[in-house]
Amino acid sequence: MDSNRVLKDTPLRQVHEALGGRMVPFAGWNMPVQYSSILDEARAVRSGAGMFDVSHMGRLEIRGPDAASLLNRVLSANVSKLRIGRARYCLICNERGGIIDDAIVYRLGDQRYMLVPNASNAEAVTAWLYRWRESTDHADIHALTEETAMIALQGPAAQMFLSGLTSCDLPSLRLFRVVEADAAGAPAIIARTGYTGEDGFELILPADAAASVWEALARAGAEPCGLGSRDVLRLEAGLPLHGNDIDTGTNPFEAGLDRFVDIDREEYAAREALIRIRDSGPARRLVGLEMVGRGIARQGHAILSGGETVGIVTSGSYSPTLDRAIAMGYVREGCSDPGTSLYVDIRGRRVEAEVALLPFYAERQVPILAPIG
Amino acid sequence: MSSPSDRRYIKDHDWVQVEDDGAATFGITDYAQDSLGDVVFVELPEPGSQVSQSESFGEIESVKAVSELVAPLSGTVTERNEAVLDAPELVNDSPYADGWLLKVELADPAELDNLMSAEEYDSFLASGS
Repeated sequence: MDSNRVLKDTPLRQVHEALGGRMVPFAGWNMPVQYSSILDEARAVRSGAGMFDVSHMGRLEIRGPDAASLLNRVLSANVSKLRIGRARYCLICNERGGIIDDAIVYRLGDQRYMLVPNASNAEAVTAWLYRWRESTDHADIHALTEETAMIALQGPAAQMFLSGLTSCDLPSLRLFRVVEADAAGAPAIIARTGYTGEDGFELILPADAAASVWEALARAGAEPCGLGSRDVLRLEAGLPLHGNDIDTGTNPFEAGLDRFVDIDREEYAAREALIRIRDSGPARRLVGLEMVGRGIARQGHAILSGGETVGIVTSGSYSPTLDRAIAMGYVREGCSDPGTSLYVDIRGRRVEAEVALLPFYAERQVPILAPIG
Repeated sequence: MSSPSDRRYIKDHDWVQVEDDGAATFGITDYAQDSLGDVVFVELPEPGSQVSQSESFGEIESVKAVSELVAPLSGTVTERNEAVLDAPELVNDSPYADGWLLKVELADPAELDNLMSAEEYDSFLASGS
């Protein structure tokens, strides 16, 4: 990322500043990392509802008679099987099976999809879509990132807070469903998706309606939350962050994301590479770690077993929900069973850790990410 | 907000309060705790350890960042704040009182001359530290 590039503002920039949000550069955008306290904001999402400006994330609308076949070349999910009004978590892998990005794809109509990649990868994903679009394809790719805003409303009270602002029947909008409806008087795409491990919604709105929807949600009781708490919450929920836990140097099998890969499709660009990786078996696995000793494992710290380095930490934080330090990282095959005792080298200190079952936190007894099928 | 005038400061945003008998208390400033955000981990030396002026005596870690704790003065640790080890948020809630970090028996009171007064520290902050 070119740090000299001028930072982009979301349509909510002035709202964040009026709220005293602490603004930081993130993936080329000026974003609030926190308003009051990262831990208080994380607790607000677990106990009530918080709202996040996620307008920095990419929004690509793909439409046309060949939209599905284009997406099927690029995405790990078979979008032809995705019914209208459904959403799915998926990966975008390159020809070597490395993960360019993870994203959610929403089917909005017969020939109309919305793809939401990470902010830092929106350009790479767009380029990859064009790379696989054939000249004969009738599939248009519209970047809606600048003309729309996106707000994530997350927490057990999310449905209650949103229900007064929309005519949409929210109880019937189940997990990983999407609908076009109104929100605080604005036309919106409302999806029951998120990145916190809680129930909640993501709203795509016209840019000029973002501030009024944000304020209406605040009046309903939603707590403004920054990217700092979002990162803590997603780690508690065991959700990988691209750039930390997954990247082009990792593949879906070692990351434990192979259940989101429908490999039996001739047209899938990453198919051959992923079959090779699957058949040779992963040499390492992404695992959860709970710290037993005092200290917080951070990205880049070595994971040790005996005197030997067996892995590397990719994300780590203090978890307010568990009141202990947690982390994710890759460990060599053989060290990945839950309960395995390992050590993390925290700036020269060997601190005991234990392999934990992911997710660290689950709001309900169903998978946070709806599996393929 | 001005910093308490009953103690002295260093550019690394630590404070020291010295009693008449040469016993000193270390902590971090309100500016430091606010910049760090929620403190979730503090590592402090055991009583009996030596600390040296301008050198690291421990670590303080927030959700987002890790910082070295820098000793404002040299001396021998007589006590560390066990309450802060168990409840690091005390540093956020009360940086100048309950969130103190170390008690130290000073080695050289002349070192005090190297430190900033509250007024000097506040101007240092205002100048864009």
